[in-house]
Amino acid sequence: MAKKYRFFDDIATADAAFEAYGKDLPELFTNSALATFSVMAELKRVAPKIKKEIALQNPSTDGLLFDFIQELIYLKDADYMLFSKFTVQIAGGNLAATAYGEHINPKKHQLLTDVKAMTLHMYSVQRTKSGWKAFIILDT
Amino acid sequence: MRLVTTNLTFAEVQPRLREVVDTLFRTVPAGVGSKGFLQASVPQFKQIMEEGVRWAVDNGYGWEDDLQNTEGSGKIEWADASKVSDKAISRGINQLGTLGSGNHYLEVQVAHATNIFDEKYARACGITKPDQVVIMVHCGSRGFGHQIGTDYLKIFEDAMRRYSITVPDRELSCAPFSSKEGQDYYGAMACAANMAFTNRQVIMHRIREAFSKVFGRSAEELEMNLVYDVAHNIAKVEKYKIDGSWKEVVVHRKGSTRAFGPGNQELSSRYQEIGQPVIIGGSMETGSYLLAGTKKAEEETFGSTAHGSGRTMSRAQAKREVRGDQLQKAMEKRGIYVKAVSMPGLAEEAGLAYKDIDEVIDTLDRAGISKKVVALKPVGNVKG
Repeated sequence: MAKKYRFFDDIATADAAFEAYGKDLPELFTNSALATFSVMAELKRVAPKIKKEIALQNPSTDGLLFDFIQELIYLKDADYMLFSKFTVQIAGGNLAATAYGEHINPKKHQLLTDVKAMTLHMYSVQRTKSGWKAFIILDT
Repeated sequence: MRLVTTNLTFAEVQPRLREVVDTLFRTVPAGVGSKGFLQASVPQFKQIMEEGVRWAVDNGYGWEDDLQNTEGSGKIEWADASKVSDKAISRGINQLGTLGSGNHYLEVQVAHATNIFDEKYARACGITKPDQVVIMVHCGSRGFGHQIGTDYLKIFEDAMRRYSITVPDRELSCAPFSSKEGQDYYGAMACAANMAFTNRQVIMHRIREAFSKVFGRSAEELEMNLVYDVAHNIAKVEKYKIDGSWKEVVVHRKGSTRAFGPGNQELSSRYQEIGQPVIIGGSMETGSYLLAGTKKAEEETFGSTAHGSGRTMSRAQAKREVRGDQLQKAMEKRGIYVKAVSMPGLAEEAGLAYKDIDEVIDTLDRAGISKKVVALKPVGNVKG
């Protein structure tokens, strides 16, 4: 199976830097979201029980990915959610996604480090030979 | 960052240390997605944004004296709740009274007599007896301030195109200070600062309750007075002498803290003559410091100094070096009782991941931008 994401330890010592990959944009968005939540909890302990529908619009691809990750971070605090599964559709600057997860439970989920925001520091979304990659630094 | 005294000595606290820390761990929620005990309504939360600590004191979460011991009396005047998004409000409204995670902490510390470098200043701060126990709180506006930051990052990206501003990194997104976008952000950011002051105030209220419960005496009897509360992440308009003339400038203190010296008109009467207390965090293993602001900081570093020791090691590297549960046991053997929501999170904060705090503080002291007062050693710690 192709690698979904990879963390870089020493780019931002107080933050979390990663590269996410995807054969297409929906997969890139999904893997970026998985990487983000892997910073906060053990994903395998988060059951995909509750659904949250997300609809966003942004004409730029990197703007849309930024909005998507920020929306998930917002839902984490506002609705006490952790997510472990995503389905994403993207067409012409419109994103329609479903995020699956459950309410935060410190007893059940191995909580790790809170993600406070996605930053724009060194942020990039690029086409590659095999699809897409994104470089993201999360403020933790 | 906030420092609170007690009139208890370590000998009095030590036998009940576990009970103290366990009580604090229960009453001050920490970690990813924690909810606070205080359920504010949206109109109340808007009041908190604009009035800061005043709201907390008026609603029974503090003492009148707490106000004068908080930077700017815990209220930034130009806060404008109408410049804050509904999203930021719904993200932050349930987080009052919560500690967060990462490097945020609540720590029970001891001021050993041998660690006092400026007895007179320590005395003025209420640190008067050998091995006195104090409590330090490091946290901020939680998700609320971050949502405001995210909202304005996007607003500024559009504004930069209109004002033809380019920056080397997109995170440096900005707008002219006097523009509508700049002024809106200044008003919204102040709301985040006021929420942070209030969050620490409400947490201190819980700390007072916890100590009172464990020791069977009121917080007043235990002399749980606020030494000082100072922001670690803020921008303010201040006046400095630059190239011979006085100029108004926006001072961004990010990863730094205010360190005003004796005589500064901004300071309350308690600290007017001696300079502002500066609270600098080290690590949960090695300790933290109380310092005093100086005139030299005002002359050389826009009234600013460092805010913490700083990491030398990434979080992932720290987790490879040490396991949370082993670290917890090792610290307990050395007399530091830690309660943490997350064991991997605890490992990330190991002392070995941070610079040597003593060296950092000596550098600031030698540079003269803040003066060493007392080194505070941790004995109990609550972490997210």
